[in-house]
Amino acid sequence: MHKFLNPARKKRLYIVLFIIAGVSIALAIMMTALRQHINFFYSPSQVAAGEVSAGQRFRIGGLVVDESVMRVEDSLQVRFALTDGAQEVWVTYAGILPDLFREGQGIVAQGALDEAGVFQADEVLAKHDENYMPPEVAQALAEAGHPTQLSTPDAT
Amino acid sequence: MLPELGHFALILALLLAVVQAVFPLLGSFYQKPAWVALGQPAACAQAFFLVCSLLCLTAAFILNDFSVAYVAENSNSRLPLHFRISAVWGAHEGSMLLWMTMLSLWGMSAALASRHLPENISARLISVLGWVSVGFLLFILLTSNPFERLLPYVPLDGADLNPLLQDIGLIIHPPLLYLGYVGLVVPFAFAMAVLMSGNLASAWARWLRPWAVTAWVFLTLGILLGSWWAYRELGWGGWWFWDPVENASLLPWLVATALIHSLAVTDKRGMFKAWTIFLAIFAFSLSLLGTFLVRSGVLTSVHAFANDPARGVFILILLGISVGSAMLLYAWRAQSLREEVKLHLWSRETMLLANNVLLVVMTLSILLGTLYPLILDAFNLGLISVGPPYFNAMFVPLAAPLLFLMALGPHQRWSKTQPSEWLGRLRYTFAISVTLGVVLPFVVTGSLQGHVVLGLALACWVLIATLQDLLGKGMRRGKGFTGVWQLPRSQQGMVIAHVGVAVCAIGIALSSQYSQERDVRMVPGDAYTLGAYTFLFEEVVSGEGPNYTTTTGLFEVSKTKRGGEQVIGTLAPQKRLFYVRNQIMTRAAILANGWRDLYIALGEPLDERAHAWAVRIVYKPFVRWIWLGGLLIALGGFVALFDRRYRQKVAQAFQGAIDLGRLKPANAE
Repeated sequence: MHKFLNPARKKRLYIVLFIIAGVSIALAIMMTALRQHINFFYSPSQVAAGEVSAGQRFRIGGLVVDESVMRVEDSLQVRFALTDGAQEVWVTYAGILPDLFREGQGIVAQGALDEAGVFQADEVLAKHDENYMPPEVAQALAEAGHPTQLSTPDAT
Repeated sequence: MLPELGHFALILALLLAVVQAVFPLLGSFYQKPAWVALGQPAACAQAFFLVCSLLCLTAAFILNDFSVAYVAENSNSRLPLHFRISAVWGAHEGSMLLWMTMLSLWGMSAALASRHLPENISARLISVLGWVSVGFLLFILLTSNPFERLLPYVPLDGADLNPLLQDIGLIIHPPLLYLGYVGLVVPFAFAMAVLMSGNLASAWARWLRPWAVTAWVFLTLGILLGSWWAYRELGWGGWWFWDPVENASLLPWLVATALIHSLAVTDKRGMFKAWTIFLAIFAFSLSLLGTFLVRSGVLTSVHAFANDPARGVFILILLGISVGSAMLLYAWRAQSLREEVKLHLWSRETMLLANNVLLVVMTLSILLGTLYPLILDAFNLGLISVGPPYFNAMFVPLAAPLLFLMALGPHQRWSKTQPSEWLGRLRYTFAISVTLGVVLPFVVTGSLQGHVVLGLALACWVLIATLQDLLGKGMRRGKGFTGVWQLPRSQQGMVIAHVGVAVCAIGIALSSQYSQERDVRMVPGDAYTLGAYTFLFEEVVSGEGPNYTTTTGLFEVSKTKRGGEQVIGTLAPQKRLFYVRNQIMTRAAILANGWRDLYIALGEPLDERAHAWAVRIVYKPFVRWIWLGGLLIALGGFVALFDRRYRQKVAQAFQGAIDLGRLKPANAE
């Protein structure tokens, strides 16, 4: 044992241990930070099934229901419903909607449910390209049994 | 006819790439100089045919040849000429062709310049460049041929370029970014060649330095322009979103930054050889990963465009083969690059090592955040997204020590420094920086915020210490500016780049902490006051552009100065409705000076009768400093390229090294 740990090997062992310790600490910090800052994605069906509790931050995605977009007079408040073909969830948002936001379009919103079960969004995302469907939304639609033409992008 | 020629040129380029990949490699192992000699002309011819191919595609766009599917999907006869040209790289097929063309141009230049390297290194370098070309040419020809025709039913007109891309930023951003991305292929090929030969002389590292720096400069400019474009076109006032596609460009940049620093050590001190080689492989792997992420559409991103997953699989295979083989070769041969390491705590080597460790950890943390959603999804563990809070939480604690050490590094000598040498002068610098960091924000705003103090103090610290170093070293050479001018270009470049980082840090700290942003409902005649600025919504006018109609809001901006109001300008944010795609685009209006941007964007019309609009009004102090800093960073790299050491007589610099690398079987030593 004594021979095994000659000075050169000892030094190398320390270096290796040091690297392992450093990497594990860095990884631990990263994973903690990650755990605190991730947002899960839920489909309207999952929300309707009560999988999310009020106040928990998450992302929801679906198609904006036709003729559901309503504005509140004299403010930037807007209300609309999101669907995955099976269930609908109401969303409220105060702010400017993206240019590609329109009825029938697939969008993703970030925020949390309030006590009444309405999704309070603080961010609404629509994409660059009108043919583009956010992958989560396409998957949610497919799982609800309503795969769309749009779920195969590059449909031009 | 032209599209067929372009397609044919692509096929020829593939054949030439195969020649370039196979013959020099075999020649270097079997001692056949004639085979090795095929490499250079093949690389040049490959680049020539790819340029031809790209020109054919451009011609199809200029001539409105809508029988070509790619043109029909991304252009329109009403699209202005400059956008028809930039539409060439407006979507997948064309951007891959541009990517490939640039790869071949880098390959050609490296092949020509590699005659300064020993023959077997040069042969293998050219061969690796050839293999990469083969992979991507196959990808283009098999999955994304831009020359596919729509026959016999030719559309009368095209579906138009995505309106978001009809902007000056998108004319120049992708070419620069791609130049940087694929420029990293040269360090990669060099690393592979060195590993095959099992030897790395310092002089060869010096050969690589300007290549790595050039690629890094382009990457810097590309990221910079991308951020500027996002700010104007879709940012609604934001300039960085920690979006996967943005991260995809930042990751190779961080590793390339580590690489150019570690190359300095390998060049000057002959150390960190295996590490430098690893970084060269890692940087190009990340740029391939970036291409995969952007082109496969596996990620939800604000920049994601419609994509085809089948192509993703192909790139993933390419990625696997190139990274896998590189890592295998590294694992097998890196041993031979081992060197005796004698590091002193206070030496420039140690500082550069710390720089490298911090940059790599930063890279890994961003990589983890970017890929984590993909990994969870792949194992069906749920759909998640990782937002800016994670990246900020990781980035700031790593950037702070990086900046702190950045000021110390240049003050250290190679090999060993006595702390007393620099402690005296830097003590005051440190005190001044901390004081400035605390006093400036307090005097101007009357309050203190941790991030601002930290950012400002660190920026002052880097700024003052760097200039101190420059003047100190310049003084020793000659009086005043003549001394500074006589310093090596690489030293001047380093100073400019480090000052750029400080400027950028000031911009980031101040703009992210002091920005003010309001979404308001406004009717013509309304005024809104934000701080010292008043925005008067005058009227809405309609107009017409070449392929769109416009609705323009006119805002008069005035500033309160010593009791009086003074008009400082008019802002005209626009909504554009593009005919062909029936798509609405927002064009923000920006009133900028060096200290602040005033930014107005029209949201949507809220009430048609009352002409009410949703309006976003943003006050962004110091935001220009971010891009100014970025420009300085790139300029620093550019200046460093003119260092005389990179241009020394080949014979002089490589005398010893060439003997090491004469054509002989790889394991002869």
